[in-house]
Amino acid sequence: MKSLEDKLFLNRYQADKHPHLRVLDREKCRHCKDKPCTYICPAKVYAWNEKEEIIETAYEGCVECGTCRYGCAHDNIDWRNPRGGFGIMYKYG
Amino acid sequence: MSEKYDVIVVGAGPAGVTTAYLTAKAGLKTILFERGDHPGAKNVMGGVLYRKPTEDVIANFWKEAPLERHVIEQNLWILDKNSVVKAGYRTKAQDQEPYNAFTVFRSRFDRWFAQKAVEAGALLITETVVEDLIWDNHFVVGVKTGRPQGDVYGSVVVLAEGVNSMLTQKAGLQKDGLNTAQLAVAVKEVIALDKEKIESRFNLEEGQGATIELVGDATMGMMGTAFIYTNTDSLSVGVGALLSQVVRQKINPNELLEHLKNHPIVRPLLEGGETKEYLGHLIPEGGYNAIPKVYTNGVVVVGDAAQFVNGIHREGSNMAMISGKLAAETIIDAHKIGEFDERALSHYQKKLSNSFIIKDLKKYQNASGFFETNDHIFSLYPSLLNKAAEEFTTVDNVPKREKQRRIMELVTSERSKLEILRDIYRGWRVMG
Repeated sequence: MKSLEDKLFLNRYQADKHPHLRVLDREKCRHCKDKPCTYICPAKVYAWNEKEEIIETAYEGCVECGTCRYGCAHDNIDWRNPRGGFGIMYKYG
Repeated sequence: MSEKYDVIVVGAGPAGVTTAYLTAKAGLKTILFERGDHPGAKNVMGGVLYRKPTEDVIANFWKEAPLERHVIEQNLWILDKNSVVKAGYRTKAQDQEPYNAFTVFRSRFDRWFAQKAVEAGALLITETVVEDLIWDNHFVVGVKTGRPQGDVYGSVVVLAEGVNSMLTQKAGLQKDGLNTAQLAVAVKEVIALDKEKIESRFNLEEGQGATIELVGDATMGMMGTAFIYTNTDSLSVGVGALLSQVVRQKINPNELLEHLKNHPIVRPLLEGGETKEYLGHLIPEGGYNAIPKVYTNGVVVVGDAAQFVNGIHREGSNMAMISGKLAAETIIDAHKIGEFDERALSHYQKKLSNSFIIKDLKKYQNASGFFETNDHIFSLYPSLLNKAAEEFTTVDNVPKREKQRRIMELVTSERSKLEILRDIYRGWRVMG
């Protein structure tokens, strides 16, 4: 069985140096009970860092579905389209 | 880019390309923006493409477009943990031109389709994000792109930006935004498999295709569906569920897909396949009640951005194309009188209302709300149906009347007769 990391590795990306998504207010995440961003994202871009108490974002694997924008109960994710030509490049689609 | 265009289209998916192709063909100066490296690079669907709506835009497209297989068989599988109840329809009538539907890859089809718009005279600009609308006195007069000196002016802007309808929302056309009960999150894998294996496993001949939609355990009982579609030498295997339920059940979409792929009934179909791509996408499932205002001064909204998806009938690309066509007709008429205000563009709304798009979405306007608040429809009933089938098919010296009694007892132990009658009545109300 392929792991999610293996699957994302199959995809073609044009990685941007500038992230196209960010958590707006880190304080809100600390009080967020379920942290849905950590499980609803198909590419698992968001992960809770227990030690630092922050959401870490691996934006490079984003498949640009937009689920996090709506799934964050606190409207705390600023997600934009990556700059023109950057991000996921589907071969099949 | 200081020239003025007649038509600015934002997004080269099926809706936007349709509008651009038709307005360019009518001689209107058309510019088509796409944020990806090529049209289709950001686009995802299951993907079944329907012949009739596509043919309404490009006659005989199947003779040259990049298609996978023509669909001759469609199935519904109602899954339980290790069993399935199947229903399906297969016909020779859909095995000949002009065909009924095709499996496709958006990245290939949209690229070809956009090229048709270019040949018709549209200017295609790729790798360019449209970031905002330019307003002048309550009138949209152009778009701001992410390029330096990237402002582009035009008589009308067509928002074909897809489900992440940020410009539509920014323009104030979708005042309340969208919520998690109005969107489904879907993931898919393209799994390469030998042609011969596909044809023998799905009982197909060369070129023929089959589709399977799966409910029940396929979505772990959440409101949604899974699918398996045959391509030429690969399978498209995916699953989608309402975002509100995914949030509530705390299930990762990739884990949901792995659950489907490893289901004992599904696994043998995929055996020996090799995953080539992993995709994720949002699907607008809010239906009629989620449709934004689809026009304002200098703007029309088409396709997914306008929430034109009929989830129950697995229709979306057809609504995208036909809404794109109706928008193009409205714009061509508006161009003749030189007026692009709300009054002129309101004809788009009228055309939509007279079409199957609004009629169908209105018909099912209460369906997704009903399913969303009645979880058991997607979990309990598939399981009961499988258990009834198990009882029915097991020959064990038990008299048939006793078997019927057992099935009834099984059903009513889970849900009372009154509740079942109410489910049927309500189901009929929202679906019928």
